[in-house]
Amino acid sequence: MSAVIDNHGHAHGHDGHHDHHGGYGGLMRWITTTNHKDIGTLYLWFSFLMFMVGGVLALAIRLELFEPGIQFFNPDLFNQFTTMHGLIMVFGAIMPAFVGFANWQIPMMIGAPDMAFARLNNWSFWLLPFAAALLVLSFFMPGGAPGVGWTLYAPLTVQMGIGMDLTIFAVHLLGMSSILGSINIITTILNMRAPGMTLMRMPMFCWTWLITAYLLVAAMPVLAGAVTMSLTDRHFGTSFFNAAGGGDPVLYQHIFWFFGHPEVYIIALPAFGVVSQVIPAFSRKPLFGYASMVYATSAIAILSFIVWAHHMYTVGMPVQGQLFFMYATTLIAVPTGVKVFNWVATMWKGSLSFETPMLFAMGFLFLFTLGGFTGLVCALVPIDIQIHDTYYVVAHFHYVMVAGALFAAFAGIYFWLPKWTGRMYDEALGKWHFWLTMIFFNMIFFVQHFLGLAGMPRRIPDYPLMFETWNKISSIGAFGFGLSQLLFLYVVLKAIRRGAKAPERPWEGADSLEWTHLPTPAPYHSFETAPVLK
Amino acid sequence: MAQSGSTTVPPRQGRYYVPQPMPWPIMGSFSLFCLMLGGVFVMNGVAGGWVGMALGLMVLLYMMFRWFGDVIRESEGGKYGGWEDLSFRWGMSWFIFSEVMFFAGFFGALFWLRVMSVPDLASLQSNTYLWPGFTSHWPSAGPGFEGKFSPMGAWGIPALNTALLLSSGVTVTIAHWAMKEGKRAVLNWFLFFTILLGVIFLGFQAYEYAHAYSDLNLKLSTGAYGSTFFMLTGFHGFHVTCGAIMLLVIWLRCLAGHFKPEHHFAFEGVAWYWHFVDVVWLGLFIFVYWL
Repeated sequence: MSAVIDNHGHAHGHDGHHDHHGGYGGLMRWITTTNHKDIGTLYLWFSFLMFMVGGVLALAIRLELFEPGIQFFNPDLFNQFTTMHGLIMVFGAIMPAFVGFANWQIPMMIGAPDMAFARLNNWSFWLLPFAAALLVLSFFMPGGAPGVGWTLYAPLTVQMGIGMDLTIFAVHLLGMSSILGSINIITTILNMRAPGMTLMRMPMFCWTWLITAYLLVAAMPVLAGAVTMSLTDRHFGTSFFNAAGGGDPVLYQHIFWFFGHPEVYIIALPAFGVVSQVIPAFSRKPLFGYASMVYATSAIAILSFIVWAHHMYTVGMPVQGQLFFMYATTLIAVPTGVKVFNWVATMWKGSLSFETPMLFAMGFLFLFTLGGFTGLVCALVPIDIQIHDTYYVVAHFHYVMVAGALFAAFAGIYFWLPKWTGRMYDEALGKWHFWLTMIFFNMIFFVQHFLGLAGMPRRIPDYPLMFETWNKISSIGAFGFGLSQLLFLYVVLKAIRRGAKAPERPWEGADSLEWTHLPTPAPYHSFETAPVLK
Repeated sequence: MAQSGSTTVPPRQGRYYVPQPMPWPIMGSFSLFCLMLGGVFVMNGVAGGWVGMALGLMVLLYMMFRWFGDVIRESEGGKYGGWEDLSFRWGMSWFIFSEVMFFAGFFGALFWLRVMSVPDLASLQSNTYLWPGFTSHWPSAGPGFEGKFSPMGAWGIPALNTALLLSSGVTVTIAHWAMKEGKRAVLNWFLFFTILLGVIFLGFQAYEYAHAYSDLNLKLSTGAYGSTFFMLTGFHGFHVTCGAIMLLVIWLRCLAGHFKPEHHFAFEGVAWYWHFVDVVWLGLFIFVYWL
């Protein structure tokens, strides 16, 4: 019975059993676990697996684009690859990675015994592999996976085969997982903080996740509605997106992007949170402008719901609509600018050191800001009409998604790995991983700005000869980037298996509760008794 | 480490109930997977789909039965104090918020079709190049719809249904008041009335659907109006069904003597949910039936 994490029951005589893993062993431990650390680990490994799957798809895309002409994949398969690459990376890799961080970190950072709903937490994770199975299964259906782009636009979705239905249901499961996970995170943050851990004393990572979770609860059900309408249009004769019945394909785009733009911040905000923990730690200074950071995050959350149609400038929108969405979008640059300013000001006159987490955080800062600027370029209607659906947009959002979210995730992994495993990673190899990732990332995506400005459209497997040079560079970069991530896997496995024992506080500048109030490695159950805060 | 069993500690310094590992979540995921895969097969005419759906449904029901059973046992066993109770309140509130956003998506579709899409299909360009002679009106089944249909009137059954649901909101509140006062007989009866009103509502909905299909030529495939009418009222009806089942479980628990005047969040959560379907119905009555 020991591990009964049942804290009411074990008041007497069970104190010696805290490191047991519950009633099950082996695989069943992971399937049935209600422990936030176990579930966080599951999320992170799942996300890495999906990162590999999505990465292989990306390499297939870049392989085809290495030369003009159709070499390896027919256009239909190419479309399936772009679609699945997007869906898997967004829903399978990036989002679960940050939920994994939330699971590991939030209870430790706020001084809680675990997540508020430990069993629901387990379900939030275990919905994901089944959703991924539905997605991957769609490749093996007649007609293959949907080739409509990750945005699943109507009316293409109505014309797809059986794989589309699987994808729709996969999106339902993914949405369910996100909503349940978010309700859990919000409740944990609002209700499980240790006495004295006021909202405005929380680590910034908890704040960004609180707001992200709110965005998820508000946006995911709308996506569920949108794909449900696609499903009924496909099979039950409804006319939501069918003009003959009075419907409108543009309606799909509006509903989708009402979800889709908050989704951008759902991915970006937790990344901001990680970076807001890492930069102060390696600057040995508290985060500059904590309160303004909280307000900026909240402002981004509110603004993110009124900018969605900037993804649709070319759809045939009245100019008043374009103006509104252009102004609203450029307004987001203000709170985002506040954040970038605060990160830089945190480093200003700090006692800086450049271990791998800090390198990734600074890489994030540099490249994410670039991605933010190209975002402003895309936000301006007259320019966007030129670059819509070109590689400029592809370059822009990869600067935000990869150099933004993924770099922050790497920073977080290197930062917290010693706390999680009790072992240090190999600093030299970590630095190699950073520099290789940094260089190859820019090799892939920086040149895509030029391709886009020159007019190369996205999601097309062939291109005119004049685009060849940049495409070759981009493809070589992609393979370099992919191989560099195997180095990351090696660094992590090496740290877990035979890394040097980590000191109690490997980063002396890090001052949140998991560093100051818990031993390294963190025990299986974090705070059975709330920590005492000054 | 663990504190002594003093009851005077403020809630946040007490011990929070973190449950044991259990197999129900993975069973839930597996059942949804079977249901969905089976559903896809059924929709595409692949053999074996119904088997998958039946299996999924059975596993889902079993899972819910066991999981809820565990939670009820824990609740009656006194595992949940004020701290856990507050978690449940936050959790249920945010869950209802997510449901509100789900319906918001469909209401958004309704407004878009009425205000933007149908008028645009009757614009000069559309009349010239695409759909000659189509005029904008609502209810509309769109320019390509052959034949005629009648929209659903507001002041027959739908108005009656509004009265039914609003009354059920009153009865569930009386039941809650009785729960707090410890008047178990009043509680049981008014909870029963609430369920009864919900079931009558659903009966009328079913009758209305049959009427729409057989007499009004109003179907799911009746263009924009049919799509929004059936999807909005259909999802609402589904939520009322779930709410009624939830109320039924709570009623059975009340009959079994569960809950205390100061400890009955399961009841309150279901009552919140019931008020939520009530409010959604008001939106439906105004925007789908009436205006």
